[in-house]
Amino acid sequence: MKSNNEAPHSLLLGLSSAVALLAYTAIFMVAETEAAIVAIIVFGCIAIFLLKRFGKLAQINLAFRTHQRIMHYAVMSGVLILAAIFYDSHYTLFLIATVILYLVACLGMNIQLGYAGVINFSVASFFGIGGYTAAVLTMQTGLPHLLIILAGGLVAAAVGSLLLLPVLRTSGHYAALVTIAFALLFKTFLEVNDSLGGPQGLQVAGMHLFGFEFNNNIVIGDVDISFYLPYVILSLILAIAAFTITKRLERSWIGLNMDAIRLDETAAACFGLSIPRWKIKAFTFGNFIIGIAGAVYGMMVGYIAPSNFTFGDSLILMSIVLLGGLGNPWGLVVATSIVIILPEKLQVIQEYRFLLYAIVVTLMLLYRPEGLVPRQLRCYIPGWRA
Amino acid sequence: MNATSEKFLVVEDVSKYFGGLAALKKLDLEINSGEILGLIGPNGSGKTTFFNVLTGIFKPTGGSIHFNGRDVTGLPPQSIYRAGIARTFQRSRMCLPLSIFDNIMIGNHIRLNHGIWYNLFRRKSFARDFVAQHREASELLEIFNPELAEHIFEAAGDFPMIDRRRMEICRALISRPRLLLLDEPSAGMTHDEMHQLMNDILKVRAGNPDLTIIIIEHEMNVIESITDHCVVLNFGEKICEGTYQEIASDRHVQEAYLGGSDIEDEPPGEPRDDEKEGEQWQTV
Repeated sequence: MKSNNEAPHSLLLGLSSAVALLAYTAIFMVAETEAAIVAIIVFGCIAIFLLKRFGKLAQINLAFRTHQRIMHYAVMSGVLILAAIFYDSHYTLFLIATVILYLVACLGMNIQLGYAGVINFSVASFFGIGGYTAAVLTMQTGLPHLLIILAGGLVAAAVGSLLLLPVLRTSGHYAALVTIAFALLFKTFLEVNDSLGGPQGLQVAGMHLFGFEFNNNIVIGDVDISFYLPYVILSLILAIAAFTITKRLERSWIGLNMDAIRLDETAAACFGLSIPRWKIKAFTFGNFIIGIAGAVYGMMVGYIAPSNFTFGDSLILMSIVLLGGLGNPWGLVVATSIVIILPEKLQVIQEYRFLLYAIVVTLMLLYRPEGLVPRQLRCYIPGWRA
Repeated sequence: MNATSEKFLVVEDVSKYFGGLAALKKLDLEINSGEILGLIGPNGSGKTTFFNVLTGIFKPTGGSIHFNGRDVTGLPPQSIYRAGIARTFQRSRMCLPLSIFDNIMIGNHIRLNHGIWYNLFRRKSFARDFVAQHREASELLEIFNPELAEHIFEAAGDFPMIDRRRMEICRALISRPRLLLLDEPSAGMTHDEMHQLMNDILKVRAGNPDLTIIIIEHEMNVIESITDHCVVLNFGEKICEGTYQEIASDRHVQEAYLGGSDIEDEPPGEPRDDEKEGEQWQTV
């Protein structure tokens, strides 16, 4: 009952927090000097601390839970407004699209690690498989590009099935080692394979949809719109789709099965759950989503090389998932933004980012293992009351 | 039809060795449909091992198990569950971060639709199924503790041990098994809590008299009040069988529990730790 009375109030707070976040991000993107950027970050930390102190953070959280649809639209429009503000800035739009595509990859990884507990240290490799599939198919064939994106996902899922046997037969640390080995092998394979461009990599043709070339600037009257804008929109559509599917998966018997095998394999087996079956589904489906993100990323950057998809990149993706909170898509949104944008804007830490992430992840695991935005209990039907 | 198919559960000559260690030695056991069988014995006498062999977590080293006229020897746990055998665990294996409802639905696996298309895109039909399942799970919980039904969407880990046991029994019962295996349901409970729980179990059985139960229990009050029939194990062997009154007066049983002071030729062996059994889960 209490939450019902608070609900309209929390919606207002939720919406104003979305607006504040939009303004904050815009100012952050505009800031040029290091001093200004550091000041903005410090301000952000203080603001979050104060919000938490006065219990507003919990109310914002409530807004996301009780007014899901409205809040989702608010966040989507926020991203679009942000893109509109920076319509002519290649760099900012590229950054936004990158964040969104990494988010999609992390959503795929979240199904694997966050739900089914299948550890995957070769996420960047599957991302790369999507990219390389796009490179080969766009340059060698005339397939429609929407199909090529889909193919990126399918090829990643298919290559992932090579790993299934070792991943299913090992568990814990050993499964992790198998995927680490795959990540290293993948990079070496690309480097020695001349038909895939060797260490120099491959060119990827830009996205071409319904007679519309993505990689040309759009000129309307006097206004010159960056060619990255369509990529932002396309990635946003992908992210919404991946987000919706992740959420629905969690709110279904499938999500329950994945949680059950992650938490207790023996008990799950005694109630009829096939452990390999659900691990295979999670792993393959996750890789499919990761591959799709990789294909679009490849088309956007136009040129991909083995050094884009190293074990180190997998670690960054892993740190996003751990930082955001296992199993919580919203946590991933927050964590991806921080992990991708921060080193780009703050060049001083660019070189130390691995060190920094290592420290952050270690601290998180020690003091807040549930992540920045912890996962909530499952709610099958939003808004349903017994 | 031979004699074995008439009984509901027939265990013949079942042995389980861990290396040279005999956890079960040529165990024979029979139960009729609707009976409650008490399985008792000192720590490490093979009771939990028997449950693990019966539910397919361990493959038996020898012998055969027939359930409801069907050979289920060595089948994986998934098939045993499908055949209609559900269990609880000695140290309750609930998924504590999940809600009570989630935990109960894990036990309902066989009756849920796990299709990807159905779960992701047919949300209206999913919602109808969800509401029906919620009603059923609540009704079951209400038998044990109406408060649990009210808090069904809260984390299982937030509740005390007795409530977790109740949830665990509900998780085993929701799929309407034919045979329920209870592994020390009263462990870690006070006397009053234990009595409550036993009354609840009897209430459940009054609702479906066909339900057969095997219960492992150290509390002799429990065994006396609810079982029709008892089997006593010691060092993996059946040493006695009969009604509670019969086994309570049996000399071998008294020796097994109190130590045989008047028999010199059977030195008391090292008591095996039941804990060890838990470490040796076969990969499933």
